[in-house]
Amino acid sequence: MSRRLGRLGLFLGVGYAFLYIPIALLVVLSFNDSRLITVWSGFSFRWYVALWNNERLIDAALLSLRIAAVAATGATVIGMAAGFALARFGAFRGRGLFGAMVAAPLVMPEVITGLSLLLLFVALAESVGWPAERGVTTVTIAHITFATAYVAVVVQSRLADFDRSLEEAALDLGARPWKVFLLITLPLIAPALASGWLLAFTLSLDDLVIASFTSGPGASTLPMVIFSALRLGLTPELFALATVIIVVVSLGLLVALKLGRVASARVGG
Amino acid sequence: MRLRLPSGRTLVLALPFLWLGLFFLAPFLIVAKIALSEGALGIPPYAPLLRWTDEGVLTIVLNLGNLATLVSDSFYIEAYLRSLRVAAISGVLCLLIGYPMAYAIARAPEHRRNLLLMLVVLPFWTSFLLRVMAWIGLLADNGVVNNLLLGLGLVSQPVALLYTDFALYAGIVYCYLPFMVLPLYATLSKLDPVLLEAAADLGARPWRAFLTVTLPLSLPGIIAGFMLVFIPAVGEFVIPELLGGPGAQLIGRVLWTEFFQNRDWPMASALAVVLLLLLVLPIAWFQHVQGKGAR
Repeated sequence: MSRRLGRLGLFLGVGYAFLYIPIALLVVLSFNDSRLITVWSGFSFRWYVALWNNERLIDAALLSLRIAAVAATGATVIGMAAGFALARFGAFRGRGLFGAMVAAPLVMPEVITGLSLLLLFVALAESVGWPAERGVTTVTIAHITFATAYVAVVVQSRLADFDRSLEEAALDLGARPWKVFLLITLPLIAPALASGWLLAFTLSLDDLVIASFTSGPGASTLPMVIFSALRLGLTPELFALATVIIVVVSLGLLVALKLGRVASARVGG
Repeated sequence: MRLRLPSGRTLVLALPFLWLGLFFLAPFLIVAKIALSEGALGIPPYAPLLRWTDEGVLTIVLNLGNLATLVSDSFYIEAYLRSLRVAAISGVLCLLIGYPMAYAIARAPEHRRNLLLMLVVLPFWTSFLLRVMAWIGLLADNGVVNNLLLGLGLVSQPVALLYTDFALYAGIVYCYLPFMVLPLYATLSKLDPVLLEAAADLGARPWRAFLTVTLPLSLPGIIAGFMLVFIPAVGEFVIPELLGGPGAQLIGRVLWTEFFQNRDWPMASALAVVLLLLLVLPIAWFQHVQGKGAR
């Protein structure tokens, strides 16, 4: 028995090594003094300084963060409604179409989503004059659209396996449905909403393809700037940027894990 | 007793329905329309389907030329076939690596599972592009792997690793692995260990119990995981562009080139329409499995 666990542990070890060796490489090389990416010539923070002074990257990062915050919030609102409808409304007219519209963006190749949204924006601009130009607004709408699906799935699965006796008790005691939702359902699915928001935020922050299609001149998101820099070759500055992102994300997830543990303990997990 | 929201219900449904209808469903109709129109110089670079002739008659000009080119030009056909093959092989590779991992996590002590799962997902939360970039640093001619091989004296010249099929598969498997592990873990962790004990009591060896009990019961997870890797990978652009060689002309890359370099919007739309037709069945299957899993 213990031998079998050992073999499973080996699989895990190899898998984690595969996942983390490239990331470790990014972090180590970001402290390399040399401009040649793979020749170690001493420890240095110079690429972090260069990153800090790279206005193009910083501006793009700020733009991406702004888009991601708005897109994640929009996607959480719409995705919560979609997830709620799928989990709670039973069979309604158009459920098949609705379910397909909610699930399909999860797997839809990005080039299709990006191209089709761009063509929609162009057609709308021609026929109703909006959006007058493509940029932050169109990218945000595009991100809300594909991130909604992820939030909906998270909310739906949380609602699917939760105990409804509390809601039913409140209804039996005469609370109105919207009050039940606000006072009982919403707090119970709050962790799902938080992770849905974070997921949508990350997806938006990370998206290159859809943003490239739907953006316009003057609105280059961080992935668009990174991509054009990558085409010219690797620079240690990008390693420094990757390290900053990795550290921020790890800390964020650590906090989320702790908070999640606290939250699930409070609910009585 | 069921929770009912008589007035709110319509509103709750209308918001996502209208949003996704306008920004997800309607665009496909426009793509189909533009796939049937002629290319033109101008902004936007395509001719309208409905046109007034000089005599004042409204006519529809359908151009099937793009679709005809797609099905007759071997360049495009090969790009589609190559994309399907690469995506299928990547799906199988992810399954081979992901299944043992998901199985091991599901068998780990309960208090450790969250952490182990988190470790699988963590890379997914960091930038996708920068993770692809890490593979360039690993596999380039002057990259870490080649430096290691040269340093150990195993090779006398750098081995071509970057811009090969190896780099392409490494990149895809690396980026999509979490999408395989998560649904597998979800089904494997729900599996009742009593079933395996029963199989053992009836004399089945562990390996046989796995093949006849665990594997069939985890099939929904396998299908969901495979689809989550396969479908997006068919249209993948970034990984073939940055890691694959010039021969890795996958359909996402071809579409990108038609759109951004050749500015041939109708051709790009035709490529998207055919890609979508190829993927309709897998997507419907995925949705079916997904819907069953959620209920």
